[in-house]
Amino acid sequence: MSETNPKFKVTIDGVEVEVDPGTTILNAARLIGGDVVPPAMCYYSSLKGSGGKCRTCLVEVSKGSEKDPRPMPKLVASCSTPIMDGMEVKNKSSEKVMDARAGVVEMLLINHPLDCPVCDQAGECHLQDLAYEHGKSNTRYEFERRTFDKVDIGEYIKLHMTRCILCYRCVYTANQLTEQREHGVLKRGDAAEIGTFIEKNLKNDFIGNVIDVCPVGALTDKTFRFRSRVWYTKPMDAHRDCKCCSGKAVVWMIGDEVARVTARKDQYGEVKEFICNECRFDKKDKTDWTIEGPRHIDKHSVISANHYEVEAPAHTPLLNKA
Amino acid sequence: MERKLLLEHIGVEGIHTHDVYRKNGGYSAVEKALKTMSPDDVVEEVKKSGLRGRGGAGFPTGMKWSFIAKPEGVPRHFLCNADESEPGTFKDRYLMEKIPHLLIEGMILSSYALGCNQSYIYIRGEYMYVLQILEKAIAEAYANGWLGKNIKGSGFDLDLAVSTGAGAYICGEETALIESLEGKRGNPRIKPPFPAVKGLWDRPTVVNNVETIAAVVPIVNEGGDAYAQIGIGRSTGTKLISASGNVNKPGVYEITMGITVEEFIYSDKYLGGMKNGKKLKACVPGGSSVPILPHYLVCKTAAGEDRLMSYESLADGGFATGSMLGSGGFIVYDEDQCIVRNTWNFSRFYHHESCGQCSPCREGTGWMEKVLHRLEYGHGKMEDIDLLWDIQRKIEGNTICPLGDAAAWPVAAAIRHFREEFEWHVKEPKLCMTKNYGLVTEKIFETVKG
Repeated sequence: MSETNPKFKVTIDGVEVEVDPGTTILNAARLIGGDVVPPAMCYYSSLKGSGGKCRTCLVEVSKGSEKDPRPMPKLVASCSTPIMDGMEVKNKSSEKVMDARAGVVEMLLINHPLDCPVCDQAGECHLQDLAYEHGKSNTRYEFERRTFDKVDIGEYIKLHMTRCILCYRCVYTANQLTEQREHGVLKRGDAAEIGTFIEKNLKNDFIGNVIDVCPVGALTDKTFRFRSRVWYTKPMDAHRDCKCCSGKAVVWMIGDEVARVTARKDQYGEVKEFICNECRFDKKDKTDWTIEGPRHIDKHSVISANHYEVEAPAHTPLLNKA
Repeated sequence: MERKLLLEHIGVEGIHTHDVYRKNGGYSAVEKALKTMSPDDVVEEVKKSGLRGRGGAGFPTGMKWSFIAKPEGVPRHFLCNADESEPGTFKDRYLMEKIPHLLIEGMILSSYALGCNQSYIYIRGEYMYVLQILEKAIAEAYANGWLGKNIKGSGFDLDLAVSTGAGAYICGEETALIESLEGKRGNPRIKPPFPAVKGLWDRPTVVNNVETIAAVVPIVNEGGDAYAQIGIGRSTGTKLISASGNVNKPGVYEITMGITVEEFIYSDKYLGGMKNGKKLKACVPGGSSVPILPHYLVCKTAAGEDRLMSYESLADGGFATGSMLGSGGFIVYDEDQCIVRNTWNFSRFYHHESCGQCSPCREGTGWMEKVLHRLEYGHGKMEDIDLLWDIQRKIEGNTICPLGDAAAWPVAAAIRHFREEFEWHVKEPKLCMTKNYGLVTEKIFETVKG
């Protein structure tokens, strides 16, 4: 089929790739893999409408297309800009991009509590990775940071709004995975917050997935909170027969105990198969699961420092370069 | 030659009612268009007229109209952006309040040209009394057969409804307006797709400013070529300017594009000069979003030419020595005004109005406001000025919608032209709380006139 469809050629940081028309710059970069992939904090490929908000994936388009070679006047969000045939994109090779990205990281951090030492997300936090790669060691922000009270939204989930970067992923997850609208964004500007209307509970078989999509420690698992640093746990691929979901998950073990269960994330931290609450919160016994073997965690700075796998699978980009 | 095209009959008693409006030549453009012109003819006339969007960006209206997608069987929508919230701008309110039928007539013409059968006026929540005026006028238009099914036997149907916002500045951005009209949170959409392809309820949509739509009426009446004769260069026709600040006669004025800024400020016909004989210190020519001009660049451009009230002349010199016509919110400052305080005030507005969707604007606007507040209240540091410059630079161009730019530009321009005053606030923390820079330093703001 691909032979009949015309392919668009796009060059990102000097690497050429052919993709289907309609592909975004970010997804084209992901086909190449490695360093040319811009970071993304709000885009989530399986969530419709996500992306465009965090502005960390900004890239420079130095050539619009073969037909219209003019460069784009502004940096564009690579997650929401479709490619054109002959487009040339600069990510890491553009100083403008790196400067703007450092600016975005600084903006994201000014109201972030930086309480990584006590945050459950530490070690698998996208903001931590992003700040590590693009941030500065000190801040120029000298004012009081925005804070919120911690809220229990439902039986299993804790919302710590202070850490939130308003990526809207959890809102899209709840809107798209669950039947009724569960929660949304209240207020506006830097007072905007994720909330359930009048502190309602989030009750839905799949609502636990908002924890997985949260790039920071704003939504955490109450059954795992403060039990262990994630890098002391051993992630194992596991599955079980489940009536609601695929039952394919990652169990994070401390010794022989299942400390927590999450869905399986790819190298960009995205869940492809969402799991249900029963698998996530209730099945905390080793006998509930069929363990397949160690899970390779890609990219994440702290967890991947702790490689214990016998043989780590090689880093495989989505498209094999010949 | 001085012509008033929009406010010609503004002084006529009862012009807000249908009968008086009709007696003064009202709805003749609709009659003419429906009887003698095809929709494409109307678009052609608007193209010929060179009319540019009056909401701020100045995009050619005819071109915007020609972009609208026309897929078979999909209804199109025409929306009027009456969410006028830019600080310093109040021309649309005046127009809707005084001659509501002019807007309705423009809506009928524009909808006819674009083939839309359901159009909406999106008005800001604070204009509740204007809403009542508009609704009364719409009811009159229905009663007289200008709206509804088969208008005046032409076979063209149009329904017009008014919808109110809840007072958010961001809903003046066209995609946020569409979201709000759909009943959602007023967050700007990520473009592409543009509204001309996927707008209201995913249908092709055109959004225009009140004044732009009103200007279609004289264009149809007198022809696009005649309209293009008025004005100067690519700034054709007349423009409503809402003037405020330290002048003798603030208010809404209809000017022919191309009069000099000096004439506008100092002649008795317009603003009548500075109040109390004070000197002009600065001027914001197009609403709070555009860069501020210092006294020596108001009446003359950097090249020494007369500055004119037109899109091109006000933008002459780029952002380094120019500004923008914007939405026509003309704010004049005399020597007693504090630029740091003014910039802080604008910044506070943008902080409050940021929708909070994208990070640079959500976090950056608040940060700028806090730093400016610190400077204004005598707690600032010299580094703060460079910090502000850096923050605005990182917001500008990196956001989803132009609100980020609008928040960054006034700060950038104030630092560019009035850095001395910012530094003085740092050096004299006590004095700056009680006295104004100009008064203390006895700095004389000599306006360079023609």
